[in-house]
Amino acid sequence: MELIWEGISQAFELLLSLDPEVLEITLLSLQLSGLATIISMLIGLPLGTLLAIGLFPTRRFWLSVVNTGMALPTVVVGLSVSILLWRSGPFGSLGLIYTPAAIVIAQVIIAVPIVTGLTVAALQNLDPRLQLQLYGLGASRTQVIWHLWKEARLPLLAALMAGFGAVISEVGAVMMVGGNLLGHTRVLTTAIVLETGKGEFALAIALGVILLLVAFFVNMVLTGIQQRS
Amino acid sequence: MSEILSIRNVIMRRDDRIVLDVADLVLHKGEVLTVIGPNGAGKSTLLLVLSRLLKPDEGQQYYHGRLLQGRDDLAFRRRNGLVLQSPLLLKGTVLENVITGMRFRGTPKKEAEKSAKIWLKRFAISHLEDRSSRQLSGGEAQRTSLARAFSVEPEVLFLDEPFNALDTPTRTRILADFQAIVASTGMTTVFVTHDMDEALLLGDRVAILLEGKLRQIGPAEEVFAAPADEGVAAFLGADTTLVGRVTSNANGHVLVNVNNQQIEAVADVEVGKDVIVFLKPEDVTLWANEELPPSSARNRLAGKISRVVPRGPLVHLTIDCGFPIGALITRPSFTEMELDIGRRVAVTFKASTVHLIPR
Repeated sequence: MELIWEGISQAFELLLSLDPEVLEITLLSLQLSGLATIISMLIGLPLGTLLAIGLFPTRRFWLSVVNTGMALPTVVVGLSVSILLWRSGPFGSLGLIYTPAAIVIAQVIIAVPIVTGLTVAALQNLDPRLQLQLYGLGASRTQVIWHLWKEARLPLLAALMAGFGAVISEVGAVMMVGGNLLGHTRVLTTAIVLETGKGEFALAIALGVILLLVAFFVNMVLTGIQQRS
Repeated sequence: MSEILSIRNVIMRRDDRIVLDVADLVLHKGEVLTVIGPNGAGKSTLLLVLSRLLKPDEGQQYYHGRLLQGRDDLAFRRRNGLVLQSPLLLKGTVLENVITGMRFRGTPKKEAEKSAKIWLKRFAISHLEDRSSRQLSGGEAQRTSLARAFSVEPEVLFLDEPFNALDTPTRTRILADFQAIVASTGMTTVFVTHDMDEALLLGDRVAILLEGKLRQIGPAEEVFAAPADEGVAAFLGADTTLVGRVTSNANGHVLVNVNNQQIEAVADVEVGKDVIVFLKPEDVTLWANEELPPSSARNRLAGKISRVVPRGPLVHLTIDCGFPIGALITRPSFTEMELDIGRRVAVTFKASTVHLIPR
């Protein structure tokens, strides 16, 4: 119990003292997860829209792929991205392994199916005749899609939150492709693993509290936007 | 009246089954065409094809005499309007909803709002302008949907059973307002319904759609008075359908032999020809005494009540006169006349109410 309290008090000490190392790890976590979430949204939103309202022969197959992807074992993502980016791998020449870019790639692969799948669910939850009515009112395809997104903005923001939640808390794949290099690819989750491994529980707890607070504040902002709309 | 829109040889399939097969349908400027038929007859499919929201498997569509292509769809939809059974309002206020169609067409917001307010007033919902669309009653929501469609000033307005989901008093009020607005604007309208009262009230012409096929089209009174075939007659409520043979024809007054009884009709059918005799229950008068009453009606038959089915404020009776004849009577009359199954009665009906279709 004492260990937990010590960890929590150390967390606030680190936060309040603006410890440069903790600050750097926290900022990097936010930057990488934020970027991965934005990229996932840019891919997942159109892809989910296509799967929700598009009519093409392989639609069901791709929906199954996306649904499977939502439960993708992150360690498999880490392994796949590592092999692809490994120095002797197909994209080894790009020199991306153990870089923040590699972390973002892995996080995007994890988040895209989540954002896509939840986008599909959000749009399919709308009245199917709404699309027809919008076209009947003279909307172009772009106007129809824009209005469907507006109508489904609450669940779409939930998709964004779920995507962010998945990447900010991700550790296995990030560790494998990022390498947990201090000042370069060390993020909150990998730092917690490292400190726990070293028996530095207080610091690990402190980082855990920071991770929770970061996730809480980001989601609080998104929830605020969601509920206001 | 000049032709605005027409479809030719349109075929629509679903799972290899033909759900719509219309050889020719023309819509004239300023007319209200009501399309009626039972559920599953293909009415909505026809409306969606006409409004170019559904591409038929075969056939052509002409707009002002010009053959339409796929690339014309958006421009076509922006010149016309659509109202579906459900109001399908977007999130936001009533005013925001009404300007949607105009905004799609690029109308500046201020101008769109000004125009929308005129239509809100005409549909008597000005007071709801700032109310959220999620806080409207069914009738208010459908009025908003109608105002939204009218505000784009469509050349043709397509409506798919817009009053179907409303309760009777609300429906009656909206229908009256809608009819007045259509009449005052002279809007060319295609109105799909399964309700015969709506079809008669609104339609300049009525098209009967049965099993995906246009079985009859013409002025409303004409279609209701003279159904083209057995299927149309049955749908329009002519529940007395008899088979007979014409035995005489004197200047358009014919006698038809049905089960050795004579029925007189106003028609021009050759003697010796087999015909189907249609009679609507509302055209039959019932008399409590079997003795034939004094009446100007040319057809007077005695029979026995064989079936009694309550229908709202009315009661439908089947009278066995050697063949079954359907009749409608009000509930108070039914009670007052002490009618019941087995009771012997007399029926009369005018020769002009009997419709004959040669077989």
